[in-house]
Amino acid sequence: MLKDITLGQYFPGHTLAHRLDPRTKLLAVVLYIVALFCAKGVVTYAIVMAALATCILVSRVKLRALTRGLKAVYVIVIFTAVMNMFFTGGTPVADVWLLRHITFEGLRTAVFMVLRIIMLIMGTFLLTYTTSPIALTDGLENALSPLKKLHVPVHELAMMMSIALRFIPTLIEETDKIMSAQKARGADFESGSIFKRAKALVPILVPLFISAFRRADELATAMECRCYHGGDGRTALHVLHYKAADYLVMIGFVVLTVGVIVLARMGF
Amino acid sequence: MATMIETKDLTFTYPAEEGREEMPALRNVNLSVEKGSFVVVLGHNGSGKSTLAKHMNAVLLPTGGALYVEGMDTADEAVLLEIRRRVGMVFQNPDNQIVANVVEEDVAFAPENLGIPSDEIRRRVDDALAAVGMENFTRHAPHLLSGGQKQRIAIAGVIAMEPECIVLDEATAMLDPVGRREVLASAHRLNRERGITVVLITHHMPEAVNADRVVVMNDGYLVMDGTPREIFARVGELRAIGLAAPDTVELMDHLNKSGWDLPLEAITVEECADAIYNALAAEEK
Repeated sequence: MLKDITLGQYFPGHTLAHRLDPRTKLLAVVLYIVALFCAKGVVTYAIVMAALATCILVSRVKLRALTRGLKAVYVIVIFTAVMNMFFTGGTPVADVWLLRHITFEGLRTAVFMVLRIIMLIMGTFLLTYTTSPIALTDGLENALSPLKKLHVPVHELAMMMSIALRFIPTLIEETDKIMSAQKARGADFESGSIFKRAKALVPILVPLFISAFRRADELATAMECRCYHGGDGRTALHVLHYKAADYLVMIGFVVLTVGVIVLARMGF
Repeated sequence: MATMIETKDLTFTYPAEEGREEMPALRNVNLSVEKGSFVVVLGHNGSGKSTLAKHMNAVLLPTGGALYVEGMDTADEAVLLEIRRRVGMVFQNPDNQIVANVVEEDVAFAPENLGIPSDEIRRRVDDALAAVGMENFTRHAPHLLSGGQKQRIAIAGVIAMEPECIVLDEATAMLDPVGRREVLASAHRLNRERGITVVLITHHMPEAVNADRVVVMNDGYLVMDGTPREIFARVGELRAIGLAAPDTVELMDHLNKSGWDLPLEAITVEECADAIYNALAAEEK
């Protein structure tokens, strides 16, 4: 069950989407999200959808990988759809039983809302699928570095993020080991009421936490031994450089967002 | 020869738990490690060997006496980074000292901290990975490597600082025999080919066989200091402080007890076989 975690999953590749500077991709995703939330009508939605489809095609990420990421939010999607169908005022679909409460306007909003959520998730997943976690944290640190002037601990946050990503597989492995050890001594995690099962997790979490703290302590010492002394004066193995393609993609996304906002204002 | 690390009456006491008496983990240790030598520090659990190692790059600071790295006092905050750059430390658990999730990024961590320019980092990373024979794993994820490979990455991460000395603090303790051999071979190669001083902390006797010098710790005291041959010949004393001599020495010691006369200095398997062969030949005459 622990193997299904898609957080920070990355599919290596050599397409344009993979080679772009992580900062470009971050900006593109932000612009894309803005465009998505400004889209109102069929035309604007179609434009944003076309942009997403182009990105998916360029990145060669399998559609199945993207839909797998949606699994976690099916409930939210269905809930939103149903709520919108029933609680939007307007003309009823038909004058029989439940259909009396469903309006044409409600159906329309439901479809748009569902599309919006799905496209939002697909867009952000596309970012993590095509960008290695290290590149992503590097990009974030670099993009947010102006905030250092406001005493935001940008380097520290980026370092914490990359260490967290580094330790996910280690801690998952450890959890598996602890679970096996508890099962070997007769622990039961699969049956009983939800409370009973939640209670059965305590003997897993306690050793896991203790071990995580011990690891953190050792890691801190090891980092200090390798001359880590915060972000000041640090250099990087890979220096980020914008290339021509980066500027083109950025311009493309600015045009997309501005275009969508203007069209949406005009009522499309 | 110049001195790499020197301790003067080094004493260290861990802060005691409440209601317990303070027990020094190191008591008046005087040790000097020559530049370019391969020194093994032996001792059973709680003998103070790890505490000694942690003093060598100022992870712990002496509570009494002092420790000098090429003449620099580890208690001097101003030279802390320079000491840590010169004396690299590799710890027991490979998982807990790898920072990044790509091999080359992890090896680059130390030079990045030292503020070295990017192209020089690139050169050092490639060089360090080649030095431990891991140049084909540059873009791999560390958690998918074996224990021995991870530990070699950790060594490469230290080599990238271009240190004068490496301290391996029980770096082989969690590894299987294959991994242990890989790590030891890397350490010996770095010592031989690059003249890097190696201090290997272990409780595993066979690892000391090929060292230049063996230091034995017990109860915080430095109790023996000499070449592997000299040390292993003192089988009885070693046993008394809970250390088992290598199998070859144990074998010859047992044979000697039943009336043979074998030299205990024969510590490698070949030497041991030769010694027994010669003794048998002498008997037949």
